[in-house]
Amino acid sequence: MTTQFWSVADTARRIAAGEISATQIVETMLARIAAIDGELGAYLAVDGIGARAAAAEIDRQRAVNAILGPLAGVPIALKDVLVTRGLATTAASKILQGWIPPYDAHVVDRLRSAGAIILGKVNCDEFAMGSSTENSAYQPTRNPWDPTRVPGGSSGGSSAAVAAGLCAASLGTDTGGSIRQPAAFCGVVGLKPTYGRVSRWGVVAFASSLDQVGPLTRSVADAALVLQTIAGFDPRDSTSLDTPVPRFTDALTGEVRGLRIGIPQEYFEAMDDEIRAGLTRTVDALVERGATTVDLSLPHTKHALPAYYLVAPAEASSNLARFDGVRYGQRVEAADLLEMYARTRGAGFGPEVKRRIMLGTYALRSGYYDAYYKKAQQVRTLIKRDFDRAFQFCDVILTPTTPTPAFRFGAKTNPVDMYLADVFTLSCNLAGLPGISVPCGLTSEGLPIGAQLLGRPLDEAVLLRAGGVIEAAVGLGERRPAGIGGIA
Amino acid sequence: MTEPRELQALLEEWEPVIGLEVHVQLATKSKIFSPSAIEFGASPNSLTDPLVMGMPGTLPVFNQAVLALALKLGVATSSQIRARSRFARKHYFYPDLPKGYQISQFDEPLCENGHLDVITRTGLKRVKLQRIHLEEDAGKTTHVGAASHVDLNRAGVPLVEVVTAPELGSAEEAGEFMRSLHRLVRWLDISEADMDKGQLRCDANVSVRLRGEDRLGVRTELKNINSFRFVEHAIESEIVRQIRIIEGGGRITRETRLWDADRGQSQPMRSKEEANDYRYFPDPDLPPLVVDGPIMGQILRSLSELPSARFERYQRVHGVSLDDARTLVSERALADFFDAAVAAHPSERGGRMIANWILTELLGALHATATSVARSPMLPTTLAALVVLVENGTISGKIGKDVFEESYRTGEAPAAIVERRGLQQLSDPAALWDIINRIVGANPKQAEAFTVGGKDGLFGFFVGQVMKETQGRANPVITSDLLHKRLGR
Repeated sequence: MTTQFWSVADTARRIAAGEISATQIVETMLARIAAIDGELGAYLAVDGIGARAAAAEIDRQRAVNAILGPLAGVPIALKDVLVTRGLATTAASKILQGWIPPYDAHVVDRLRSAGAIILGKVNCDEFAMGSSTENSAYQPTRNPWDPTRVPGGSSGGSSAAVAAGLCAASLGTDTGGSIRQPAAFCGVVGLKPTYGRVSRWGVVAFASSLDQVGPLTRSVADAALVLQTIAGFDPRDSTSLDTPVPRFTDALTGEVRGLRIGIPQEYFEAMDDEIRAGLTRTVDALVERGATTVDLSLPHTKHALPAYYLVAPAEASSNLARFDGVRYGQRVEAADLLEMYARTRGAGFGPEVKRRIMLGTYALRSGYYDAYYKKAQQVRTLIKRDFDRAFQFCDVILTPTTPTPAFRFGAKTNPVDMYLADVFTLSCNLAGLPGISVPCGLTSEGLPIGAQLLGRPLDEAVLLRAGGVIEAAVGLGERRPAGIGGIA
Repeated sequence: MTEPRELQALLEEWEPVIGLEVHVQLATKSKIFSPSAIEFGASPNSLTDPLVMGMPGTLPVFNQAVLALALKLGVATSSQIRARSRFARKHYFYPDLPKGYQISQFDEPLCENGHLDVITRTGLKRVKLQRIHLEEDAGKTTHVGAASHVDLNRAGVPLVEVVTAPELGSAEEAGEFMRSLHRLVRWLDISEADMDKGQLRCDANVSVRLRGEDRLGVRTELKNINSFRFVEHAIESEIVRQIRIIEGGGRITRETRLWDADRGQSQPMRSKEEANDYRYFPDPDLPPLVVDGPIMGQILRSLSELPSARFERYQRVHGVSLDDARTLVSERALADFFDAAVAAHPSERGGRMIANWILTELLGALHATATSVARSPMLPTTLAALVVLVENGTISGKIGKDVFEESYRTGEAPAAIVERRGLQQLSDPAALWDIINRIVGANPKQAEAFTVGGKDGLFGFFVGQVMKETQGRANPVITSDLLHKRLGR
């Protein structure tokens, strides 16, 4: 097997053992990016200089027998909503073009301290708003399994780069499914941690009460390793949870005997037949290994989509108010201040971002707050209660990640059709729960299918444990995407 | 400027109704949601960080030091304190507002339904406070020709906004409210409240109605009243403006007006139609602000008797006049000096005399030497000892002033000065009689002019001679008594 597809743990172990240098790993990755990313379109910026310097430093440390971090030499890609010191951060928006942040996001600090090497910044939907990465202001990103199809979104650059072997792992953000849905479309593992498990310091905000950072990886074990590195209390984020972080790698016992798997009927009503078949295969495999299933109902599920499309745009309209052309990013000059604002924001934001700012602005208008934002928050409470009740009868909930496999570019022209692509993933964010998408086979057309697991708050461990078993039983094994890059 | 008499006439018919919104900068070392320092007069944009600049990805973290200061004010105004209050985002676009919203409090403020006992020239007046809430300050925009300069040093400075009920009845009352609030926040050490530095800022909602009318008139909001001098002036001119419009058959429009101190008048800033929709909603980046038992305990322990309570006590217990009591509580150090001196005095009723000595001699000497009360070289116990010497007749009041001056200058105890310089008052009638006898004998013309000629003014001459002879030590009461006897009138 080629170095590009080595696991996170393998890469770190081989570098520590001196089998390969960090510099060799980085050079291999940079060469592969140069060879195939022109077609794939995952990277918005490749930091060759920074990555080579970091690799040289790891190699120097190893040469003097210094203690290496757990991710020493592991090349990682970052979704471009994660702020990186000295490295342009655009959120895939024109309005932030040219902004060089003076600081690192908390998760970037953590990765660097663990010895990980930041390869560059990867594409996404503008301000993480979208489900196909088609809303990037810069470029499309292709699905490595089929270049005529989208990689999902909003973390589509993250999922495509991992699937195509252009990094060992990546970070994405998930506000309504933006890690899990692209992970499912690209046949990789995507984990959204419990709200508050990972600090949001340095995450360009979309919807503050929903956003979480999480890993996209080629294996469940890699997801555990990366999560281990980025999770934990950060006093710079007031919503960060001050609770101990367990050893996530210990969760991968390969054992599901006695585990109660909840099957919510609302998630199995409308979906593609091949997705249904994938899920059936997954349930059967779990039951074969000693898990039991519990049929249950999450009755408020149907309200998740409308509630989400009030809460998320309302918060976004507020969070994006700072992009005014005054202090950083793009400015379109005009005769007076109001005109400058209007032109800057008019030129800087894409249509989907504008749509959501308008939706959110409307929802927060004086006199409408109670009917919209407040009501949606009440719906969130009901959805959370559904889950609390369900978790009295089961340990983990299994659903499809998406209703369909990856769709073709331009297939969803109506915004609401696009919003429906996230219908299975939104509730998890509204309730603040952890969720994971694990590949559970391919469709007859060779497109990946994702199984989603949802856990109790702070119980990422159960997701990793059950996810590991699904991966072993019905995962993709050594199958790699052949659409772009293939097996080099 | 309206003539006082003209205003008086207008106010017989019209009743002003005034509510104030006062912003007080809290004296913390760092900003309310970030570690940047706070300092007046630092070079522009030197006290900033990525959060203050509103950079993407930054998050607010509440500075707990702010809570303690705000709670002091809440407790001192007998407000209801919310156990869980919330921060809300208030949206509007302006270059000195980096995030496009101000973090403030909206429907769940920290304090509600309090009151401030305003110390007026006629005693205490209780003014209801609707709310006291926390918020961050914005930056400062300066327009230079066609360019605008933004300084974000002030952005993120912690403020409390104090909102009164609309129940102040005159510009003067509004002024008294501002002075009382100023005194209180300085007393509590929660703000320097220097209006010139913008640490205390006032907006006023003003309306007028015919006396006897129940309904409130249409109000205007006056902004930018940034000195004590202007508070009364600006409100008064707005009252007159409104009355003239109504009397001229016009109507008041609901609008915000900007006070222009240089021109002494206000200008319309925006009408109600142009008002911003602030789109308030709870800030999802900040958890509810929790006031727990330990912090309340700490606040309650830290609060001492308030100025309004001392103002009352000084009059009731210590017999101090209203005006003197008002002056004594104008500054905490002064009131503390008074209380310490009273405590060192054997009688509770020594207060009136002690107040006199503090307000005349001590303040005079401090002023002459440009010294603050807190750094007074004379201790309260020393002043009390001096007052006792005067009260028990050891020295006269006049000698007392000499002794004060020397003790203030050298720090020597008044009793020691009196002893060393032999300043004890001469109260022995036999000794005084001999002296008076000698003086009257030496001045027969004057004695005759007084006794026979009826020239009353000459009595003072004789007292002066006795004082001269005794270097001012003669007991004035006994001297006067004996002189009358000797001169036969």
